[in-house]
Amino acid sequence: MKKLIFALCLLWCSTILTAQEYFPENAGVKVNNNNYTAFTNAKIYVTPTQIIEKGTLLIQHGKIVSASSTVSIPKNSIIIDLKGKSIYPSFIDVYSKFGVEQPKKKPGSGRSAEYAPSRDGYYWNDHIMPENKAIAQFKYDDKEAKVLREAGFGVVNSHIQDGIARGTGVLIALNGEGTDANRILDDKSAQYFSLDKSIAKGQSYPSSLMGALALLRQMYSDADWYSKGNSTTTDLSLEALNANKNLVQIFEAKDKGNDLRADKIGDANGIQYTILGGGNEFERIEEIKATNAKFIIPINFPDAYDISNPYAVGYVSLQDMRFWNQAPTNPKVLADNGIQFSLTTYDLKSPSNFKEKLMKAIEYGLPKTKALEALTTVPAQILGKSNQIGSLKTGAYANFLITSGDIFDSSTTLFENWVQGSKSVINSIDTKDIRGDYNLNVQGKMYAMSIMGEVSKPSIEVKQDTMKLTSKIAYDNNWLTMSFATDKGEHTYRMTGATTEGSDNLSGLLVLPNGTETKFTATKSKAFEEKEGKDDKAKDAPKVMPVMYPNVGYGFASKPKSETVLFKNATVWTSEEAGILKNTDVLIKNGKIAKIGTNLSAGGAKVVDATGKHLTAGIIDEHSHIAALAVNESGHNSTAEVKMEDVVDPEHMGIYHSLAGGVTSLQLLHGSANPIGGRSAILKLKWGEEADGLIYDNSPKFIKFALGENVKQSNWGSFSRFPQTRMGVEQLYMNYFQRAKEYDTKKKNGEPYRYDEEMEVLAEILNGERFISCHSYVQSEINMMMKVAEHFGFRINTFTHILEGYKVADKMAEHGAGAGTFSDWWAYKYEVNDAIPYNAAIMQKQGVVTAINSDDREMIRRLNQEAAKTIKYGGMTELEAWKMVTINPAKLLHLDDRVGSIKEGKDADVVLWSGSPLSVYSKAERTMIEGTTYFDLETDKQNREKIKKERNELVTMMLKEKSGGKKTQGPKQSVKRDFTCESL
Amino acid sequence: MRSITKFKTTKMKKYITLLIACGLVLQTMAQQTPAPKQTEAITIEGATAHLGNGEVIESSLIMFEDGKLTFVGDSKMKIARKGKVIDATGKHVYPGFIAPAKTLGLIEIDAVRATKDEDELGDFIPHVRSLIAYNAESKVVESMRPNGVLIAQIAPTGGRISGTSSIVQFDAWNWEDAAIKVDDGVHLNWPNTFRQGRWWAGEERGYQPNKDYGEQTQAVVTFFKNAAAYGKSTSKEVNPAFAAMKGIFDGSQKLYVHADGEKEIIDAINTLKANGTKEIVLIGGYHAYKIPEFLKSNNIPVLVQYTHNLPVYDDDDYDLPYKLPKLLVDAGLMVAIQNSDAENFQTRNLPFYAGQVVQQGLDKEVAVQLLTGNTAKILGIDDLYGTLENGKSATLFISEGDALDMAGNQLTHAFIDGRSVSLETHQTELWKRYLGKYEGE
Repeated sequence: MKKLIFALCLLWCSTILTAQEYFPENAGVKVNNNNYTAFTNAKIYVTPTQIIEKGTLLIQHGKIVSASSTVSIPKNSIIIDLKGKSIYPSFIDVYSKFGVEQPKKKPGSGRSAEYAPSRDGYYWNDHIMPENKAIAQFKYDDKEAKVLREAGFGVVNSHIQDGIARGTGVLIALNGEGTDANRILDDKSAQYFSLDKSIAKGQSYPSSLMGALALLRQMYSDADWYSKGNSTTTDLSLEALNANKNLVQIFEAKDKGNDLRADKIGDANGIQYTILGGGNEFERIEEIKATNAKFIIPINFPDAYDISNPYAVGYVSLQDMRFWNQAPTNPKVLADNGIQFSLTTYDLKSPSNFKEKLMKAIEYGLPKTKALEALTTVPAQILGKSNQIGSLKTGAYANFLITSGDIFDSSTTLFENWVQGSKSVINSIDTKDIRGDYNLNVQGKMYAMSIMGEVSKPSIEVKQDTMKLTSKIAYDNNWLTMSFATDKGEHTYRMTGATTEGSDNLSGLLVLPNGTETKFTATKSKAFEEKEGKDDKAKDAPKVMPVMYPNVGYGFASKPKSETVLFKNATVWTSEEAGILKNTDVLIKNGKIAKIGTNLSAGGAKVVDATGKHLTAGIIDEHSHIAALAVNESGHNSTAEVKMEDVVDPEHMGIYHSLAGGVTSLQLLHGSANPIGGRSAILKLKWGEEADGLIYDNSPKFIKFALGENVKQSNWGSFSRFPQTRMGVEQLYMNYFQRAKEYDTKKKNGEPYRYDEEMEVLAEILNGERFISCHSYVQSEINMMMKVAEHFGFRINTFTHILEGYKVADKMAEHGAGAGTFSDWWAYKYEVNDAIPYNAAIMQKQGVVTAINSDDREMIRRLNQEAAKTIKYGGMTELEAWKMVTINPAKLLHLDDRVGSIKEGKDADVVLWSGSPLSVYSKAERTMIEGTTYFDLETDKQNREKIKKERNELVTMMLKEKSGGKKTQGPKQSVKRDFTCESL
Repeated sequence: MRSITKFKTTKMKKYITLLIACGLVLQTMAQQTPAPKQTEAITIEGATAHLGNGEVIESSLIMFEDGKLTFVGDSKMKIARKGKVIDATGKHVYPGFIAPAKTLGLIEIDAVRATKDEDELGDFIPHVRSLIAYNAESKVVESMRPNGVLIAQIAPTGGRISGTSSIVQFDAWNWEDAAIKVDDGVHLNWPNTFRQGRWWAGEERGYQPNKDYGEQTQAVVTFFKNAAAYGKSTSKEVNPAFAAMKGIFDGSQKLYVHADGEKEIIDAINTLKANGTKEIVLIGGYHAYKIPEFLKSNNIPVLVQYTHNLPVYDDDDYDLPYKLPKLLVDAGLMVAIQNSDAENFQTRNLPFYAGQVVQQGLDKEVAVQLLTGNTAKILGIDDLYGTLENGKSATLFISEGDALDMAGNQLTHAFIDGRSVSLETHQTELWKRYLGKYEGE
């Protein structure tokens, strides 16, 4: 009887792990398997840093009993000798969609956008779905589990990868033999977020990155308000969000900049997200480190570009070439900086590509210990499951890998992947290594045969004298099947045979080309040797290009520094009452304009001979959309809650190009898709700094409003959003400001109120703390806007575009509004029919502070020329014209105490021109911000040569990659979008 | 227009409506009345004359009669000053600037579909002619003149072969009067080896290889072969598209091919030459500076893209668009500037594009040629236009200062075929009206 039970146990031990003890059993007798399995003589990685050179791993009931060199093996143990082999904890992927059904893309809903939510009882925005549960969509996927186990994974954490708030995940052991009762380790493993809308929902808000950020902020604030019982209605989304508050919070950011954006949202709400990165974290590693977040890092490094066609090379930017070269260093750089991260298969075509990419990361310097941590202990820690997974410590699940050696060596074979004590054979552990050189005897004729490649998947080469013959080999369960053909494939010899214990020679059945069956023998002459020695590889460490600031073609090798500079003998355009000063010296010190005069002594300053040259304050563009990742949140007709400061792109080439045109500051405005747009970012073009480094300290607060055709959506066939007429535009403003007033009153009176970011911003306007830059064209709407403002007791700070400003310049002056306008644009739409290039001159003469702006990525490069047009059109003096791009926009932006003119004590934002800044013949030779030179012709010239050289070097490397048979991708040009007001 | 305001006071409501309607029409359609034929000789004395052929006369004497220049020389010349004398001492005289490949008069307001007539349906439609749709009374067209732009080639856009262009002057009652050269050339958009990602279909933005390039170029070859074969047939059945290509094969019309990339330019010119095209002009030519020898040996003039452009590739020199025309001139090519990609109103900035090239070191008089003499030569109107020479059309203007620089470009006079054209526009009228409002005029 005992024997029988034992036999049954043996049979069952690999199929049923932990019997569900309270389940009735009707298929036979109910049994328990209390046997142990002992893996002896193995090198055991209990953790990446706790290694037992020769020890025993003891498991029972799917869990680790112990792992040490001194285990006493219980008698009821199955003993497996793993001499020379290694045991590792199996891998964990924190970011998977394994087994969880993903939503399908909603088919297009026609031309009209959807503004209303599609659900009742949930949050007002369809993309907020914290109530989603991955467990509800979970169905174990046997096929995919097998692929994952083959890649070394034992546990994956899966969720519905859709929407901005995505609900909870499910932690799954990839146990092929158990049931979901075994596999589900946690049905609420984490709560997930992203910046991407649901593909299954059509609600148009948020249409932009900044909208997604604003929505997340409001969602958290609403959740807090809801949790205090303030809501009179039920919101299942907010309830779920609150209920999941104590889970691990994971944010899908997928880009270095978005990593930081996500972290900011977290900081504001007392949450430390674990962040799914984008693989480009190395480019801004200091800021990434400062988040203190743990990261989940994809390793889908790009393939080299196929640029064998020289005409195609031009399309691939240095930035993209460099990223190909640098991306594999991302894990190394993260490790070097002490950032905790796990690695994921996310973004890979298949988990089967995982090892190749992982090996690349190691080749590029990722320490093996860190690699192992990133696949075991760190993901376990991220999930708060360190006691259960990620190590071979007592009590943890028996999830482990058995390998032929170092798991991060390309020649190592993964034999088995055990999950919860259940074995999956990846490559038979008993496979005999038959690789080597043989003398093959076929009917007395001798052939040279070499078997090489992987142990379990060998390849073959058969030679007749020196001639290679067509040959094939298959090897399975220690049986091999081979064939080769002589006489140009005319005659095929087929062989099959089993390996023999104790002999290196091969023999077996031989079928001759004529069908006769006989025997073959192959005598081993030489053992197999790996071709490449490890030492050679180390010597061949890949060359990695240095990271630049920013990491694009014209970036700096290191961030530039402020200098003390003396400009001698310049013609100085002060933009002040002093006018234009000839033969004047200007001293720049500590980032400020320290002194203006004649014969100034240099002291320690770097002297620039400016004889014959003109020095001016840097140009300020009151209306720009460069350096932005998004420009319009068009999902609502009012979006005061969104911030351009959230979407500054410090790597945009427009920054460099603008510096080359003498521009030092600009207002990055929201677009004109809605009457109440988003808040501005006011920037200094500090090329090389990260996004927040470009934003003014103590920045004045601005917001974009817009009137006319764009907000009516006149020119793109949209008919469902209010307002559709200028009449409606007025009513929208009246309504919003009235509500803001009521909101603010409640707040000021200490009455309870629901925090509403949008209302907060509008209240700032009412309280004179935030200024409006209003996109406007025709006189009726300009007049209306001023009347609305006057009704609520505030002032419109700036009308931008304002092409019919000349018709109501007197009213504008009386109201106290300023103007930022185009020099000569018109005729591009109906509302600019009466736009005239004399507009700026008329407004200026009527006492309206007037600036010339660009709203255009190309025109911003030559605003000096645009200013000069006010001389042609309307007879401005040179000084008045120049003020239109310097002190006037500074005044409009409330920055005239800091920038916009050459005046002692102001920021040293200056430009040295080759001649009069108003002449088409002059160019900016040097552009400084706060004493730091961000552009100069000499450096630019050097950069051109450097770019040429580096491109060439990378092209050579990529061509080598291709000729070496590596995978490549087609050439392409990744362009950043150039925005205008109307870009959606 | 003021009189209409007066009428508004009438109490007859019917009329008010009607008159307001008329007012609107007048307001949007108002155009300067074309100048009458030159009847009196005109002499311009003392100006710096930029002849448009690379030469400059510091103090010049220019005379014209019946629309033709009768004397262009030095003011020291002791000959009789004929007719009305304009003292232009300290001022500058230029031949009227010429804008190639524009849709001026075909589009009035870009965003209003009803005002657009530049792009007809169809891929190969050389029989579609721009001239008959040209609106001689366009407010955008008249706004060219105060900046010295007096002539343009009006070309259809879109498709592979967009249609046939004509050359017009900017002071006319109708398109017939405006025409300088009817159906001067056919415009072909060469396919691109790269195409923009279809982002709306989930592709990345930016450029990727165009897999259809071979097929698209073959379509061009097929069309040319068919058109050439058709020309030899005796059939009475008319194929208007093939028929419209006749001038391309006999050299009486030019083929304007729009191409920017190195490979595209080489393919275009080799293919077109091999298929019987006699006169080829390259439009665009962003990469033309890389293959000057090829262009020279094939005798291809270039209507190069204007300077108000961004570098196409991030690693390009920031000033490549600024210096591109100079690079081509320096390489010995026949070059003029066009801004076909820009909105029409921008064409009044043509002089400043040339100024921008001077900023990059090009000789000023050569820069003037890029808008005048060279343009006329390339467009095939140099028998009468483009330079200030005896016997040529008196199409010229006087500027207070350097017309290539914004502050200097202040026109006092402009003449087209000797006719003194108005420098007023819808825009100057509004300017003056509102100056009046504020200054009590």
